[in-house]
Amino acid sequence: MEPFTAVTGPAAPLLRANIDTDVIIRVERLVGTTRESMGAHAFEIWRLRPDGSEDPEFVLNRKEFRGAPILLAGANFGCGSSREGAVWALAGMGVRAVIAPSFSDIFRNNAFQNGLLPVVLDETTVRAIAAQVEAAPGNARVTVDLERQVVIAPDGSAHPFAIDPARREALLAGLDDIGLTLRAADAIAAWQRADRAARPWAWPAAPQQRT
Amino acid sequence: MATLFDKLWQAHRIAAAGRGQDLIHIDRILLHDLSGARALGEVAEKGYRVPHPELAFATPDHAVATAPGRTAETFARGAAGVAMLRDGANRHGIRLFDLGQDGQGIVHVMGPELGIVLPGLTVVCGDSHTCTNGGLGALAFGVGSSELTHALATQTLRLAKPKSMRVRFDGAFPPGTTAKDAVLHAIGALGTGAGAGYAIEWAGSAVRALPVEQRLTLCNLSIEMGARMGFIAPDETVFDWIAGRDFAPKGAAWDAALAAWRALRSDDDARFDADHAIDAGGIAPQVTWGTSPEHVIAVDAPIPAPDAAPDEARRKAWADALAYQGLAPGRPLAGTAVDWVFIGSCTNARLSDLREAAAIVRGRRVAEGVSAWVVPGSVRVKQAAEAEGLDRVFREAGFDWREPGCSLCVAANGEAVPPGARCVSTSNRNFVGRQGKDARTHLASPAMAAAAAVTGRITDIRRPF
Ligand code: SF4
Repeated sequence: MEPFTAVTGPAAPLLRANIDTDVIIRVERLVGTTRESMGAHAFEIWRLRPDGSEDPEFVLNRKEFRGAPILLAGANFGCGSSREGAVWALAGMGVRAVIAPSFSDIFRNNAFQNGLLPVVLDETTVRAIAAQVEAAPGNARVTVDLERQVVIAPDGSAHPFAIDPARREALLAGLDDIGLTLRAADAIAAWQRADRAARPWAWPAAPQQRT
Repeated sequence: MATLFDKLWQAHRIAAAGRGQDLIHIDRILLHDLSGARALGEVAEKGYRVPHPELAFATPDHAVATAPGRTAETFARGAAGVAMLRDGANRHGIRLFDLGQDGQGIVHVMGPELGIVLPGLTVVCGDSHTCTNGGLGALAFGVGSSELTHALATQTLRLAKPKSMRVRFDGAFPPGTTAKDAVLHAIGALGTGAGAGYAIEWAGSAVRALPVEQRLTLCNLSIEMGARMGFIAPDETVFDWIAGRDFAPKGAAWDAALAAWRALRSDDDARFDADHAIDAGGIAPQVTWGTSPEHVIAVDAPIPAPDAAPDEARRKAWADALAYQGLAPGRPLAGTAVDWVFIGSCTNARLSDLREAAAIVRGRRVAEGVSAWVVPGSVRVKQAAEAEGLDRVFREAGFDWREPGCSLCVAANGEAVPPGARCVSTSNRNFVGRQGKDARTHLASPAMAAAAAVTGRITDIRRPF
């Protein structure tokens, strides 16, 4: 997983509340699509018009926000189904951090598992940052600094955010839960060595290698 | 002072894992063609490896046809999952019990049967009925896809410890009452949410007296009471049953196992966070009338009226369930005409289940207009049943005798109960659409299902028919 330290770039304002995982990625895209290629289908319900052409009005289609690494969103982002594909789709389109007043629990957990940082700031702050971005589209830059736990708005103002220390550490090191657990690989191996001696009956022989 | 659950948890706790969780060692991982295939792919995609392939075992069961002569391609939409399972098992060096091979079967049937699952082990599978294995005294539970991937890649899980509950069945079950009836009764009495957040120890004199296969049936429905884990303290009945099975320990390892297993019980003064006692002698054969396992009554009891429901939410749920099932309150279920009978699933498709059903069917015919299937739980069950001539009993009566798989329990394999048809099923879920779109399910024991097949209606096996 790619470590997350700090990200600076355009921030796309998508301030609707309750953006659900169905909007982020349609369920049909979950089958037969690799994680990597899912980015092309992110938000397609809004990004494409009924005839399949791009809707130039949609914020993520505007040239100043194409490939923006930061998304500014409304409350309860990522609600709906538990599909991890929603996170893959965002990551696939280059999003590294989403700033919103709140997130669905499952989405938040899935985000941490995939190196995407969910940042919680109060609604007034999110709206203020979005207003600054809209005032100077193409020039405004936002920074999400995980090391210092602050968001720097285009006007230079700093907005601290809270994050579970273990989550922060894992993201800084680029570790999902598996990676985090594997940092305890020595402890696991030691436990298993002791266990093989204590419970020899619990350990079946390895399958015979195929020739 | 400790419960069996405390002991099992403590014995597998490697370390604290933060966020209120413990890092728990996982002793066995079981994989099937849906969740297992995906998780194996996911491990590879994330760039991890499986450090202990000898602790994982795979078999296809969910999205495969059960028609005689079936292959992975018979149900075309399931073929990709089976192929992924084969690839993944092969790539990681995991034992696979493939279609047409010895050992294949419903994952929760083949695990105990081959001695893969043993008392005192932690066992996970990407399937909520993994709790079935608790019948052997294992701490077994279903996990989601990211947990399964985590278990494969690390041989551990980060888990918050559930609370403990004991449910005792005191006394003895009356004739005609099986473990299936007992657990359905408990779910009816306590509710499908009663076990949420708990690990359930099933106990009491009536449970102690159950043979192993009935214990597996009882634990199978733990999840229908909301509990991820349900188990029974293992005893000599279990140890005798396990001895000599393919992957069971042998020689000195067996002796060490026995010594360890005999300590697997709750201390006499152990405290449970919740404790329930049920009079086993008062449990009659059960049949579900609605669309949740808690919608269950004795076969001769009247179908409840929504107006008698304890609250508004249930009044509405009961009314919806009755409408879906095409039933009216007031009458007993006995006598209700049925169209289908399914004897199968990880709940009731082991050899003793088929024997109980065959004992009712022997010398009789499936009633006119009824479609009746027997789907053995595994290749071993099928072969053992055929060696006893049970297949002939069923076939001569007009049943379909099929290949092992989940089949009509889940209808994700091209096999389904037709819309509107009423089916008595030995499986564990009577949810709306579970056995097929608009199919009406009545959960019951194998003997009750067999009686329904030969009479063409829901029948009380305690009376002559
Ligand atoms: S038989 Fe039914 S409940 Fe059991 S594993 Fe298969 S689908 Fe799940």
